[in-house]
Amino acid sequence: MCQDCGCGLPGENPVGISAHHHDHDHGHGHSHGHDHHHDHEHPHSHTHSHGDAGHTHSHEDAAGQHRVLEVRQAILEKNDRLAERNRGFFHARSLLVLNVLSSPGSGKTTFIRETVRSLGKRLKTGVIVGDLATDNDAQRLRESGAPVVQITTGTVCHLEAEMVASALKRLDLKGLDLLIIENVGNLVCPASYDLGEDLRVVLLSVTEGEDKPLKYPPMFQSAGVAVVSKMDLAAACDYNREAALANLRRLAPKAQVFETSAKTGKGMDAWCEFLIQQHQAIKSRDPLST
Amino acid sequence: MQSALDQVLEKARQAGASRVHAIRLRIGALSGVVPDALQFAFEALADGTPAQGAQLLIEDVPARFWCAGCNHEFAATRMFAECPDCHRPSAELRAGREMELTSLEVD
Repeated sequence: MCQDCGCGLPGENPVGISAHHHDHDHGHGHSHGHDHHHDHEHPHSHTHSHGDAGHTHSHEDAAGQHRVLEVRQAILEKNDRLAERNRGFFHARSLLVLNVLSSPGSGKTTFIRETVRSLGKRLKTGVIVGDLATDNDAQRLRESGAPVVQITTGTVCHLEAEMVASALKRLDLKGLDLLIIENVGNLVCPASYDLGEDLRVVLLSVTEGEDKPLKYPPMFQSAGVAVVSKMDLAAACDYNREAALANLRRLAPKAQVFETSAKTGKGMDAWCEFLIQQHQAIKSRDPLST
Repeated sequence: MQSALDQVLEKARQAGASRVHAIRLRIGALSGVVPDALQFAFEALADGTPAQGAQLLIEDVPARFWCAGCNHEFAATRMFAECPDCHRPSAELRAGREMELTSLEVD
């Protein structure tokens, strides 16, 4: 379960990973801690909560007889550790990795598909896409010709480093320059989960309103790149460009901003040039220094 | 929350504790965690474990940024990373993304 919203309740669908059409391999997708331990402790705690002493008992204890264990540990430590492992794996292959995030319907899939098409042979790209269910996005992304692996998260509202690590086993990384990870459409919980990416790309479509960054500060705060998508619809929805850019500057000060339309291709050249430069920087990095 | 609970149960087990009575956490304003949601998730998950019924004591950590121009740290107002003196945005977050398990009360 996610520590943010409580998604992925125990006993619900496990994570599935599929690299091909109709391949519903729910194999050994990681269990995400869905196991409920109904071991010998269960009857004890049961008696406790229903027993006559129930509440009073615990209050008496609270009067200072409990042992205090100092922990001081980051809660997402496990995910962070696995994310660092992914990062090392990516670095060793000089692979540029993007984690693409937005609310549902901001145009992530179309944007990624057109990015792959525009890059053509300049950067060989693979895609990992996460959704709660269906492999519709993977099918749409395959139209670009890129190898695509779909992760179905079941009830989990975000991707985790471990899911990405499992999906990597299904993706032929040989010769790839760029890996684009399309996260689950959600501006809340995915902000907390590092996947090992080089760049966090947050999309904001002109149809969502200029104040979207103000409503989801943690996500925009963590962005390395902010993409304003669906610019072809700007006039139709009275998009206030100045206000949107000002909000992005305030909440995502470290983010480089691109304004694009995947439909008309506007702004896609600048974005692709940026990716090529980023990839060059990664390639020229001394592998021993990282 | 599952990862937090796993950490709690493991620490308790290592210390030979059979019950967890209280769990102290530090949660940053920019961590993306909603304390109410955390409470809900905790209750759902802790059921049937030694942490069932434990109190969640959450310490909020406000977001603080560093202004390189003015050479000082400032608290974010309404989460804007804007220096109150020079009004320039800051990209240097000094505090506010914490999600830390601080301590446990057990027996």
